Amino acid sequence: MLKPLIVSGLVLVLSIASPLARAQVAPPQSATAKVQTAATAGHAPLDHDGWGRPVTASTNGQKSAPAPRHDISGTWDPGDGGIQQLGARAMPEDGRPEHRLPYTPLGQEALNRAKPSNGLRSVLPAETNDPVVTCDPQGMPREDLYELRATQIIQTPEKVFLMYTFGKVWRVVWTDGRELPKDPEPRWYGYSVGKWVDDYTLVVQTTGLDERTWIDRAGRPHSSDLRIEERYHRVDQNHLELTVTIDDPQMYTKPWVALDKLQFELQPPSFDVREMICSPSEFAEYNKLIGNPASDKGHQ
Amino acid sequence: MKRKFLVFFTLMCVSVLSLPLSAHHGNAAYDTENKITLKGTVTQWFWANPHCVLQFDVTDDHGQVVHWGAETENPTTMTHSGWTKTSFKLGDEVTVTMITVKNGKPIGRIVDVVLPTGQKLAGRVIPQLPPYNPDDPPKQ
Repeated sequence: MLKPLIVSGLVLVLSIASPLARAQVAPPQSATAKVQTAATAGHAPLDHDGWGRPVTASTNGQKSAPAPRHDISGTWDPGDGGIQQLGARAMPEDGRPEHRLPYTPLGQEALNRAKPSNGLRSVLPAETNDPVVTCDPQGMPREDLYELRATQIIQTPEKVFLMYTFGKVWRVVWTDGRELPKDPEPRWYGYSVGKWVDDYTLVVQTTGLDERTWIDRAGRPHSSDLRIEERYHRVDQNHLELTVTIDDPQMYTKPWVALDKLQFELQPPSFDVREMICSPSEFAEYNKLIGNPASDKGHQ
Repeated sequence: MKRKFLVFFTLMCVSVLSLPLSAHHGNAAYDTENKITLKGTVTQWFWANPHCVLQFDVTDDHGQVVHWGAETENPTTMTHSGWTKTSFKLGDEVTVTMITVKNGKPIGRIVDVVLPTGQKLAGRVIPQLPPYNPDDPPKQ
C-alpha cells in the first residue's frame, strides 16, 4: 500500500515543480512587466468571439497589406496590453523612479485621497474609493487606460465612433473641422475632435472632462483642465497603434505619456464583441460573496 | 487506508504548494504565500462581472461542512482560458487549488480547478508587486 502513496506523491511533486523549473529559466523580465502580464499568463489570442465562434487572427502569420488612407475603421484587439491593472501601461504605479509622475502639490494631495484596489497602494476591496466599483462610468482617459479590450471603430465623413468592450460604452470624435468648445459643461467622456495629420495618423484632442473620474486604475487624478491627446496610427492593414498623452497643469508639472504605441490587431469583420457590463446588482452579489467577507478585519 | 491516503495527499498538496512561486497575487486581502487544495461539492457558479465566484462545500475530518467561495477574474478574461457559464453544475465534485484571504474566512482566489472529468481549468492569480529592485531590468 505504501508504493501507491509514494508514486502519487512523486507525480504530484513533479507536476507542480515543472512549471517552477520553467519559470526559473525564463529570460529576464522587469518586475512590473511580470505583474502586468502574469495575471493573463497563458492567455492565447482571442480564440472565440462573443457569439462563441472561433476566431482566426487577420494576420495569421502573413505579411500585412499596406494601411488604407485615412481609415482606422474595424474591430481592433489590443490583447493583454490593454488591461493595465497597475495603472497606465507606459507609467504603471510600481515604485520605479522612472514611473514617478510629475505631480504638483495639488496633484499629490489628490493622489493621496485615491484608494485603489490594485497596484502598489492597494487597499482591501471594501476600502477602495475607485469610482468604477459603484459602476460609475470610467470616462476619459481611463477608457484607454484600464480594461481596454476589443474596440470597434466606425467612421463617417463627419465623425468617428469608438465602441468599447468594457462597460459597452461608446464615444464620438468629431472630424468635421469643428474646434473644441471654449467653456464646455464637463462630461464623463468630454468633447473630442480629430484631425488627420498624415495619411495614416488621426490625432484626437479631448477636453471638458468631469473631475470625478480617475485617469487609471492606480488612482492618478485629473482636473477639469485636463487635455488628452490620442494618436491613432495605422501601421498597416492589420495593425493600429495608440499613443495617449496627458496634459493637466493643475495636477502635473508637465505632460506625460500614458500609452506608448500600444498595438492593436485587426479582427475579422464577423467578430462579435462580448458584453462586459458593470451591473450594480451583480457587483452587490460579488461583494456579498467575496469583497465584504474578504475585507472583514474582525477575524484577523 | 483510504483515509490515510487522503490525509497524505492533502499534506502533500499543502506542503508542495506552499513553495514560493514566481507569481504572486496583487490583492491586499490575500495571503499570497500559501496555497491550499481542497475537494468539495459545487453549490453555485456565479458567472458575472466583476469576478466569477465558485461556491463549494468541503467536509472536514470531523464531518463539519465548510462553505467556501473562491473567485476568478471576469467572464471575458476567463473565456480565453476555456471557462464558460456551464463549466460547473450543482453537485459537481471538484478539486480547487487557491490562495486564501488573510482574515481566515473561507474565501479564496482560484489557482486551478480539476473538474469531475479530470479536466483542469487554470485560474488567473494576479501577482503581488515585488518591492522595487534597482537591479531589475529597466522599464517593461
